[in-house]
Amino acid sequence: MSGIVSYGSYIPYYRIKPEEIARIWGDEPERMKKNLFILSKSVPSPDEDVASISVEAARNALKRRDVNPEEIGAIYVGSESHPYAVKPTATIVAAAIGMPLEYFAADYEFACKAGTAGMQNVKAMVDSNFIKYGFAIGSDTSQGAPGDALEYTASAGGTAMLIGKNNVIAEINDTLSVSTDTPDFWRREGEPYPKHGERFTGEPGYFKHVVAASKAMMERRDTKSSDYDYVVFHQPNGKFPSRAAKILGFTGDQYKTGLLTPYIGNTYSGSTMTGLSAILDESKPGDRILAVSFGSGAGSDAFDITVTDEMKDYKRDNAPTVKKLIEKVKFIDYGMYTKFRKIIITGDSVE
Amino acid sequence: MTELSRIWRETEYRYNLIGFKCNNCGESYFPPRDICPHCHRESIGKMEKVKFSGNGEILSYTTVHDAPPAFKRQVPYLLALVKLDEGPVITAQIVDCDPDDVNIGRKVHMAFRKIREDGTNGVIEYGYKFKLD
Repeated sequence: MSGIVSYGSYIPYYRIKPEEIARIWGDEPERMKKNLFILSKSVPSPDEDVASISVEAARNALKRRDVNPEEIGAIYVGSESHPYAVKPTATIVAAAIGMPLEYFAADYEFACKAGTAGMQNVKAMVDSNFIKYGFAIGSDTSQGAPGDALEYTASAGGTAMLIGKNNVIAEINDTLSVSTDTPDFWRREGEPYPKHGERFTGEPGYFKHVVAASKAMMERRDTKSSDYDYVVFHQPNGKFPSRAAKILGFTGDQYKTGLLTPYIGNTYSGSTMTGLSAILDESKPGDRILAVSFGSGAGSDAFDITVTDEMKDYKRDNAPTVKKLIEKVKFIDYGMYTKFRKIIITGDSVE
Repeated sequence: MTELSRIWRETEYRYNLIGFKCNNCGESYFPPRDICPHCHRESIGKMEKVKFSGNGEILSYTTVHDAPPAFKRQVPYLLALVKLDEGPVITAQIVDCDPDDVNIGRKVHMAFRKIREDGTNGVIEYGYKFKLD
């Protein structure tokens, strides 16, 4: 059966605290921290974007599993902050990891679930013997308008999953999606910042899809919440996933490993996949994982995963674990944040 | 406008630290050379493309305070001479560290970063920088 052959993540070095954002916009920091359950968020440095984050994540995956890039037949990068509107991120990543001329490639967009949509496609291509291995990457340098509540959480990071049939460390037993046309969050073409549909964000958006996809998967696999060792949901803030877990009957012990938003913020397309990466960092053979992403607009992808015996010999330590990526950070103030995020515009045309 | 053809031509080398090794004297070079500067005509047909490991150490470094426009948002930043494990010495930025942590002899490894972009509608150039081990 096909599944995850290797994985790698990347999270930028810089962080900003909610206290610093609240100081500028006159919000009550404790209220924002409590309402969103956020302690800090990652900030990309001026020389980082979705392409550089995706390359680092993919290279970390290849450090853990020595796969010949010539055997990687597909690469899909899901993001809502691709550096180009027209010119794929996927080909930049492919060139940086030495993939040959013949491979399938595309950039995906489905708000925060474009990376997991890539996982589904790559799995389907592996299962149908179109390709031997394929990369699915979820990565973002997400945007939050200055002064908007999103500014407290919109962060940067990404994860790459190499999917194949050989040396599988985590079998993807099943995957499914649910989708509806919901106006919970959007960004129009050419607009720098997204807008959220206020009351559509919670119940009609996130919870409806995450819960429906989770329930559909458990029904299809004839499982219950207690059958899973770990669960990870998309994490727009620190609160939504724990509430979804409670609705579905999961406990804190099952979701705490994959819950990263309090420390790094919402990495959008990287969110669920980086949570899954943190789980794979500590999981052992036989562990069962439920991973459910969410993308506004709206939809959820669910994955039922079992860690295999291959994990015993897998070289996890060849690349930094998520825990390690979260450890060494530098906190910046709001002034530096605006310089890094290009909220301050300079007069130079070449940057 | 940046030199599009140069960026395209150098992509392979800059993305993956690919240089050349002279199989006459064993010396490695980055950026790539068609002829070995020591062996001259003896090296013709003996220059082999090699991918460097991306590991090295800092030979020397400086802090840049007066930077070209492409690097303005990163000022002050560290620029170092990095000696790759395979021998070549290259100039590159050291990123994601406190300047106090940097010293001569520190081991570094390659990172993939944006080098510069040609305004808001031009091409984006990527390549190597380095991080402390």
